[in-house]
Amino acid sequence: MMSHSLKSNLGEKIVGKPTPRKEGPGKVTGEARYIDDLSFPDMLYGATVRSQIARGMLKKITFRPDVPWSEFVVVSVPDIPGKNYIALIENDQPCLAEKVVNHPEEPILLLAHPDRYMLPNAVAAVSIEYEPLPALFSIEESERKSEIIWGQDNVFKSYQIEKGDVDAIWAKADYIVEGEYSTGAQEQLYIETQGVIATYDCEQGVTVWGSMQCPYYVHKALMVVCDLPEDKVRVVQTETGGAFGGKEEYPSMIAAHAALLARKSGRPVKIVYDRAEDMAATTKRHPSRTRHRTALTKDGKILGGEIEFVIDGGAYQTLSPVVLSRGTIHAGGPYHWPAVRIIAKALATNAPPHGAFRGFGAPQSLFAMERHMDRIARTVKVSPAEIRRRNFLKPGQTTITEQTISEPIDLEKLLDRALVLSDYESKKSRFRQQGKNGKRKGGLGIAAFLHGAGFTGSGERYLSSVVGIEGQPNGGVRVLVSSTEFGQGTNTVLCQIAAEALGLEYGDVAIAQPDTAQVPNSGPTVASRTAMVVGKLLESAALGLKQTLIRAGMLGEPYAAEEFRCACRAYMERYGELRSLARYEQPDGIHWDDQKYRGAAYAAFAWAVYVAEVSVDLTAYSVSVDDFVALQEVGRVINPVLARGQVLGGVAQGIGFALYEKVEWRHGRMQNSQMTNYIVPTSADVPPIRVYFEEIANQHGAFGAKGIGELPMDGPAPAIVNAVEDALGIPFNSIPLMPEEICEALTAAAGPPSAGHSFSGVR
Amino acid sequence: MRSNPAEFEWAAPATLEEAVKVLAGDPDAWLPIAGGTDLMVQFAAGTLERRRFLNIWNLGELRRIDGFPGELQVGAGSTYTDLRENDIITREFPLLGRTASWTGGIANQNRGTLGGNVANASPAADSLPALMVYGADLILTSTRGDRRVRYEDFHTGYKRMNLAPDELIRTICLPRRFSGYISYARKIGTRKAQAIAKVCIAAVGRLAKDSTQLMLEDVRIAVGSVAPVPLRLRNAEQLLNRRPLDEARVELACKAAAAEIQPISDLRSTAKYRAQIVNNLVREFLDTLAARERER
Ligand SMILES: Cc1cc2nc3c(=O)[nH]c(=O)nc-3n(C[C@H](O)[C@H](O)[C@H](O)COP(=O)(O)OP(=O)(O)OC[C@H]3O[C@@H](n4cnc5c(N)ncnc54)[C@H](O)[C@@H]3O)c2cc1C
Repeated sequence: MMSHSLKSNLGEKIVGKPTPRKEGPGKVTGEARYIDDLSFPDMLYGATVRSQIARGMLKKITFRPDVPWSEFVVVSVPDIPGKNYIALIENDQPCLAEKVVNHPEEPILLLAHPDRYMLPNAVAAVSIEYEPLPALFSIEESERKSEIIWGQDNVFKSYQIEKGDVDAIWAKADYIVEGEYSTGAQEQLYIETQGVIATYDCEQGVTVWGSMQCPYYVHKALMVVCDLPEDKVRVVQTETGGAFGGKEEYPSMIAAHAALLARKSGRPVKIVYDRAEDMAATTKRHPSRTRHRTALTKDGKILGGEIEFVIDGGAYQTLSPVVLSRGTIHAGGPYHWPAVRIIAKALATNAPPHGAFRGFGAPQSLFAMERHMDRIARTVKVSPAEIRRRNFLKPGQTTITEQTISEPIDLEKLLDRALVLSDYESKKSRFRQQGKNGKRKGGLGIAAFLHGAGFTGSGERYLSSVVGIEGQPNGGVRVLVSSTEFGQGTNTVLCQIAAEALGLEYGDVAIAQPDTAQVPNSGPTVASRTAMVVGKLLESAALGLKQTLIRAGMLGEPYAAEEFRCACRAYMERYGELRSLARYEQPDGIHWDDQKYRGAAYAAFAWAVYVAEVSVDLTAYSVSVDDFVALQEVGRVINPVLARGQVLGGVAQGIGFALYEKVEWRHGRMQNSQMTNYIVPTSADVPPIRVYFEEIANQHGAFGAKGIGELPMDGPAPAIVNAVEDALGIPFNSIPLMPEEICEALTAAAGPPSAGHSFSGVR
Repeated sequence: MRSNPAEFEWAAPATLEEAVKVLAGDPDAWLPIAGGTDLMVQFAAGTLERRRFLNIWNLGELRRIDGFPGELQVGAGSTYTDLRENDIITREFPLLGRTASWTGGIANQNRGTLGGNVANASPAADSLPALMVYGADLILTSTRGDRRVRYEDFHTGYKRMNLAPDELIRTICLPRRFSGYISYARKIGTRKAQAIAKVCIAAVGRLAKDSTQLMLEDVRIAVGSVAPVPLRLRNAEQLLNRRPLDEARVELACKAAAAEIQPISDLRSTAKYRAQIVNNLVREFLDTLAARERER
């Protein structure tokens, strides 16, 4: 694969190279300014008074008299000049709760004071009386509809996909395999917590600086809450210390709060959450439940099946329809389904809204699919590798949305390579020979999966992103996008693409700070879309820039970098500005039917086979991931170091999702909102992760790139739990899989406690 | 950060003598702070009731380790790093060095103190089972003078202890009689490093040849995180001492241990898991004893 597809790219000088990070020196030297490093004259600090109960009517608010309230700015609903909602899809989430609260962290009042240390006590001194209403805390409770907490039926959104004649397959089946799988909430745990600074001025309107992924989402939300026109709202992304989806929609909320306080006080207002507030009040990965019922031939080929995919959206709809959509479309994995019916629902519960998190629904439904494949393998009595081999999608076949696979992907080869790289067969036989009395048991697990890059279906068409590039007085160029850097490498990769497209040095390209007053809307930095979609637009914009110079008679091809710089300087001297914009246009042959949920769901898929090796400690019932092979086909790798970093981080986060990260809920509230009791893996818990790429150039992406950011989150959890089953012979179908559950299962299997492991005595 | 620094006071006496004087002035108001690795967490969370910090970090009298012929005296202000670097501890009290090595990370080990671990009195604290099995004594000090107490009786209930409000822990005394013992410790935490224990155990013991058989001698086992206080498993020990090590004994000892602990379910784990783990770890310890004997 590798050799055949990349010949055309051999001439590339910058793409494919490990160029250093654009913002790296600033981060390393401490020059980089994060939001809490910034301070404005006369700035106040803001804090949020939140609900204490999961659901109820607000009755009365009292302010304890021992606090000097006259020193505080207090904002409540009547202070909102515009509409009281955070603009997103349904606009159902209030900026501040007015009459009812629907989750136990709902903002009700805002406070600001010049001394940030005065705030916690003041927040605690506001007491709120409620008339409690019954609340719902799980998918099951929401389904039972004992209470209707959202819309007519607690359903935020539902989809149904039908391919082929599902009802006809059951009679033909040699096996019917059923299973239920579930995944828990997961906290993004970016290092830098959420934070913004807002200023407000009658003339200039509102400006917000902050840690965020999507400046234009915040821009849109501020226009609504502040009732201001487009040009009176400015949003600037400051250096952002991690996001993982957690700074996709939530920054609109905190920005609106800071803006309201700034408007009322007439002073700049900073709000930065501490870790406990950030973990408890902001979004997490949607918990999910998936049910599979699959019809198979006697040799394990899928005839078809039914999949029911349900996610818990929390109290407001926010992004749940889109998360549900991606989860639904990925629910069939990288397999060929001649017939399938998928019924998907996002339900309301009285927890803080769940939201975007790397993978966006796909890690949930793919966990189910890949666990189910192992169940099928066991039922049909073929190996986990073989069952996948027999069902892999092939070029020319169609996905569950009837999108034809047109690229020359060969999943069997990918699987074979992963098996070789992981030394699968010999390890497997070694584990089989291990005696019964060892203190640890080893196992291997496979996950095969895909991840669609870019917005789903017609999403990119609606976004209609614009990317710009402009000449600089020194002859270099500057990239103009609202796409944000938050550790993943956006700045670097986009500058590489621009340099390559223009034949410039990497150092000739700069990138503008995302500022809605300065850069066009290149869409949100989500959905693994930046390198592929924004990068491709940047490539076109760069070519436009070059054409301008050529048409002006200042540049001829071929040219050396210095000639370009001269031409650029000359053009700017003469005309003042050299700028080129490119707008997204849907490529031909990409059709999507939103009603039937059918057609080309994504412009490209990345493909992967991961193999996890685990050992289970039979004394402590803990799982250790001992080796991990991550093999993926992601189109052209623009920057090998950053790409590898994405995979390493994704696998580590996947290990957390599978084995450690458990949100302890009580009445809709997170109980373990501290790093000491919300357990993420440390470097000691992460094995050497062996990362390998295959590259098939993607015609829709910059220099052949596809998306890579989310893919590595999808595979680790099922690979690990499959490996645990391989080690112990016990199926676990719910994550996070904690030692307590393994203990429960093993002791139940072995009888009374003392049978845990046997004593060998003194000879 | 949820505390208001303006509401806090800080006193930094230069000597231990001055420190106990300040403390005696208003014992219920002052909060001794050594490494601060427990207190700063509570400060950040805004949960401290006392607002006056009495700094005892790095007081010379507290930060010293003295080897006397009969006992090792460890100043309460010794850090985990101090413990790990001490030769006598490495040789004669290896459990203390090992538990120090898995207490937090390096930064925490440079700052956290053994006295702080004792006085913070978390049932999950990592060093405490080791102090129990080594039969430690504590020297407590105040303007009223010093007194020496048995560590095993020090914790009287959840976060309650035999320490008057005007007293500081001055020294942890360890009798030097454990060389030649086989020792075992294990921490079952929430992950491999930087974890709070779900269960931790420390144990020592010897196997001695009777006329015909190998007999267990001076077996001492203590566990953490399975009761309101760190717990010495006295009943289990009694069933083992001066007995041959065989499966029936192991069975009996595990049953006794199960009856001694009072595990609870909390954010970290479940009572059932903790009970099973204590069973498994007591077995693993006895297995270790047997294996060492086989090696000889
Ligand atoms: C990141 C991190 C990881 C941690 N990991 C672990 C771990 O793995 N295992 C573990 O057991 N603990 C752990 N801890 C807890 C803590 O580090 C230990 O309990 C440490 O021993 C506390 O010592 P200190 O000197 O810092 O105590 P401080 O915070 O200064 O004080 C703790 C308490 O002891 C009192 N005190 C301190 N010294 C004396 C004295 N001489 N006389 C009387 N009272 C005194 C104080 O008044 C206070 O009540 C961790 C803490 C952090 C922040």
